[in-house]
Order: sequence, then structure tokens, then C-alpha cells
Amino acid sequence: MFIRLEPRGQRSAPWSYASPVLALALSLVTAAIIFAALGKDPLQSLYTFFISPLTSATGRPELFVKAAPLVLIAVGLSLGFRANVWNIGAEGQYTIGAILGGGVGLALYGDGNPLTFPAMMIGGAVGGMAWAAIPAFLRTRFNANEILTSLMLTYVAQLLLIYLVAGPWRDPQGYGFPQSRLFDESGTSPNLIAGTRLHFGVLAAFVVVGLGWILLARSLIGFQLKVVGQAPRAARYAGFSESRLVWFSMLLGGGLAGLAGLFEVAGPVGQLTPQISPGYGFTAIIVAFLGRLHPLGVLLAGLLLALSYLGGEKAQIELGMPNAVTGIFQGILLFYLLACDVLILYRVKIRRRFGSVSAGATS
Amino acid sequence: MSGDLAWIVPVILSVISASTPLLLAATGELVTEKAGVLNLGVEGMMLAGAIVGFAATVATGSGLLGIAGAAVAGALLALVFAVLTLTFLANQVATGLALTIFGVGFTALMGTGYVGIALQGLPSLNVPGLSDLPAIGPILFQQDILVYGSFALLAGVGWFLYRTHAGLVLRSIGDSHDAAHAIGYPVVAIRYAAVAFGGAMSGLGGAYLSLAYTPMWAENMTAGRGWIALALVVFAAWRPWRLLLGAYLFGGVTILQSALQAAGVRIPPQFLGMLPYLVTIVVLVIISSNRARIRLNAPACLAKPFYAVG
Repeated sequence: MFIRLEPRGQRSAPWSYASPVLALALSLVTAAIIFAALGKDPLQSLYTFFISPLTSATGRPELFVKAAPLVLIAVGLSLGFRANVWNIGAEGQYTIGAILGGGVGLALYGDGNPLTFPAMMIGGAVGGMAWAAIPAFLRTRFNANEILTSLMLTYVAQLLLIYLVAGPWRDPQGYGFPQSRLFDESGTSPNLIAGTRLHFGVLAAFVVVGLGWILLARSLIGFQLKVVGQAPRAARYAGFSESRLVWFSMLLGGGLAGLAGLFEVAGPVGQLTPQISPGYGFTAIIVAFLGRLHPLGVLLAGLLLALSYLGGEKAQIELGMPNAVTGIFQGILLFYLLACDVLILYRVKIRRRFGSVSAGATS
Repeated sequence: MSGDLAWIVPVILSVISASTPLLLAATGELVTEKAGVLNLGVEGMMLAGAIVGFAATVATGSGLLGIAGAAVAGALLALVFAVLTLTFLANQVATGLALTIFGVGFTALMGTGYVGIALQGLPSLNVPGLSDLPAIGPILFQQDILVYGSFALLAGVGWFLYRTHAGLVLRSIGDSHDAAHAIGYPVVAIRYAAVAFGGAMSGLGGAYLSLAYTPMWAENMTAGRGWIALALVVFAAWRPWRLLLGAYLFGGVTILQSALQAAGVRIPPQFLGMLPYLVTIVVLVIISSNRARIRLNAPACLAKPFYAVG
């Protein structure tokens, strides 16, 4: 503990933007060390992981395909995190959205109805909102911690998905694999550009970034969310309703996560299977923090973490690296970010001697 | 014991083994939270303990070294958390989540070479004579070191927190770090120790899973037990003896699930698998709805950053 922190007295605006950049640089250095420890050439590995996915014409659209669910979920989460509403169960809301929206698609299978996909989207959003409404209700009515309840519900949602695709919704022609049938044409997310996998959900993610920005900057509830996080007492004196903000954040986050789940199963995955998410709901938490809890930042951070998924796949195929490297990189990035964020509120001074904690003058 | 009640011994034995990892991890988190720190990384630290304990046992052939390695691994991961939250004053909720995300990835990477290896399981420590008693022998005197350890450590923590001066200091730091600091107690140093102890205990809980409960390694094998341990601390209203009750209640629910399945109850296994998670939610709701009691028992400085000003 040779480090001493001196309060700046106010938030440093430059550091709140520099901190993610510094954290990314430190993460890349650490990643190089891990690659070397795994017996790989660090520079070549970094290239494979972070550059090569972007060099091909097919790789660049894939980046947006992977970023879309992350951005959709993280925009919702970031608004809640601002007000200290810790919805950690987005993965579960994503799963229920996929189940309910996908269920609509399976029920209308073969109808060729042009309204099938819109109905599926509604199902996805409603499913996610309903799942998020449980922790919201338990927190506002019974004071139960939403971190633990929303997370427990994630496990429940995954078991429900496995039950459905292994049982009642299993594809009769699927050779007994636990998966539903493929959605039909009208139950598939429309493609934006022929020859790519860019689907309607990618467009939706961009729209949500714009709407989130307007909500945060221009609406009363956006203002309230900011005040509750930064000055809870002021919010209480101003008479902001805490339970209204909890409900709003949870339903918004849940609805967007549910939509993300539906877009994923109706788009890139094409059916319901137990593997509909490589942990998007958890990675979105990192995206929200890295993006400074702001929709525009979330968009950039979402693209970066989408790259870590693509890079992980590349490294697995080309270098024989375990896929788990992606998760390690994501965790390390969040560690460094949280550490670097100290620079927003404090100056770091290196102490020369073992002083007692009370060595500094009263500020 | 013979005849109709013979089934009860194996049931009690399996409840004990389902409860032990929860009890170990929750006892550690209790100490961490009593010092005013909320570490949500229990799941990640348990996984680290599970894989390191397993790898060390495979490498050395000694379960004891495996257990020691698991405790060290859990404590090291906890120290990463401590540096970030106590020295760099990072948000404890976010850092705990980062610890779990990192722990899941790190252990998956480290464990790739260990999938499919089976271990013997920890030897039971027998007491000559007593272990051969019918019923009581297998339940009380044929357990392994981690089961005995989980009770000893819980009792030790209860004694430490409420019967020693150091325990009083630790609780005072959790309740008012400013006052404790003003009297001259080293708030940050004691919190570092409490966090490291919590990590070591989570590591032991993980080691029990990979060395005794199912003596093998599988990715994400904790399956949410770290989060249930966190809920148990709330359930226990931050009191050690109620932790014992809670851990065994949850162990019982886990066993109920397989018992119902074995009894041929026609409920899909996935729904039975939801039981521990649903019970956690129900219990949290019942305990938390009494706001006054939570406020009375929760450490007042829980999850609040401490910056020494004077």
C-alpha cells in the first residue's frame, strides 16, 4: 500500500474517456503475456485475435452481428446501472425472450403470415420484460436484492429452455437432438444486405442506441436516473419515486434483452437450442461499464467485445487456443477498467515510505 | 438401525455432502461482509478452488496439498478484488462480477487438460471404534477432513467474531469504518485480511466439489452455488449459527430433487433442477421483506468505499 490517492474534488472529464483506452492497452499487454504463457507467439496471436477477423469482407459484417445483442442488452442495463439498479440476470431475460418469441414463431410455423416476425418480436420483448418484472416486483414490494433474484432466475430460464427443446418443442425430424425445428421464412429475421448475415436486429441495435441517447439526454426519467445515481439524497428530497425507477430500468433492460434473444434465435441461430448465447447477457455488463453507461459508448464497447468473440473463434481455429481465452480477456478488461476509473475521482501519488494511513492532511 | 429406516443414513450423508460446499463458502463470505465488504465473486473463487485443488491433487497425489492449493487460489483471486476495491476504491458490485466472469474463463482454460480424469475422493477420517457404530458411525465419524473442517471453521468464526477483541474490531469496521479509523484501527489492512479469508473459504468450498462431492473437474461445475452462498449470508441475517441452518436447508433441497427423481415422481428433471434456485428466491423474499431486521443486522458499511481523510 505505497499508493496514496488524493481526491480531485470533482470528476475528471478527460480521464473518464482516457480510462477505457488505458484499460484496453493494459488488457492487450496482459493478453500478450497470456498468449506467451500458452506457448504461442504473442504478436502473431494478437494479430489473429484482434485484427484478422476484420481483414475479410465476411468478417466485418459478422462484427455487427455479434455486437447487436451486446449493444441491445447493454443500453438497457446501462440506464439501470446509473440508478444503482443491478439487473445481473439479463442472460435469463434474453433466454425467456427467445423462448416466448421463438414459441410464437413455432406456433405460427408454415402459415406464411407476414405478421409472424413482428409477433415474434413482441413475444421476445414481452418475455424479457415479464422475466425482469419478477425481480422488480420482489425488490419494490419485498425489498429483495435484485442481484441475487435476477441471477437465480437466469438458471431457471436456462433449465426451462432445455426442458422445452428436449421435450415438447423438440423437432420430430431432428434425430433426437435437443433442438426445435428451424423457423420458416416468415419467422426469420429479414436480411439487410444479401450475402451477409446482417439481420434486422443489427438495425434495431442502432435505433436503440439513438433512442437511448434521447431518453438519457432529453427525458425526465433519464434525468431522474442520473440524479438517483449521482446524488441519491437530492433525488429523495426532489420526491423521485425509487420504485418507479426500479420498475422502469428493469422492464427496459428486460425488454431489450428479450428482443436481443429473439433476434438471435430468429436470425443467426435459426432455431431454439440450449446453446443460444455465448454469455451475451453477462458480457453486456462489461459493455455497459466500458461504454461509460452511455448509449454511444455502449455501441463502441459492444463492437470491441464482439471482436473478442470473433477473435476467440479465430484463435481457436487457427492457433488451437481454447475458446475460454475470450472470457479471460473480457474479465481482465473489466478489472483494468475498474482500476483505471479511480483516476476519474483521484490523483494517484506514490508514497516514498511506509506512512500510516493517516499521514495525509485532512482534505 | 435396520429395516425400514435404513434409507435414512444415505440420505443424511448426501445432505451433508451437498451442504458442505455452501457452508464453507458462506462462512467465508460472512467474515468478508462483517468487515463491511461485499464480494460477489464467490462463484469465481469457488471455481478457482475447484480446479486448482483438483490439479494439485492430480499432480501430487495428495488431497491435503490439493485443499491447501484451493485455499491459496481462492485467497489470491480475493486479493485481486481487494486491491481493486480497497486500494483503488472500485465499485464492489462491479468488481465482484468481474471476478466471477474472469474466474469462469480462467478455470475453463486451466481445466481443459483435466476433463475426464476421475479421482478417488477424499479419504474419510475414521475414529477407531466410533466409526463402526450403526447409523451414527457413518454420519458423524466417517466424514472427510473438509466436512469436519466446515463445522470447525464455522465454530471458529463464531467464536472469533463474538468472543475476541479482534472480532469486535472487525465488526466495528463493518459497522462504522470512519469511527474505527478515528480510534486508530487499520481499516484497510483488516479488510484485506477479511477478504482474503473469504476467498480461501470459497476456495475450500470449490475444492470440496471437485475432490469429494463429484471427484472430477467440469467447466462451471459450481452451477450457481457461489450465488446461493451469498444468499445464505442474507438468509442467516449475518449470524454464524443460522448459516449452518441455511446451508443444511439448501443441501436438503438439492437432495430432495434427486430423491424425488429416484422415487419416480413424474416431474421433468429440469423442473426439479430449478428447485434450489427457486427456494433461494423465496427465502430471500421472506427474509428481506422484514426491512427493520435487515437494517438491524446488516453491517452498516456493507459495500461502501472507505477513504481515509484524516
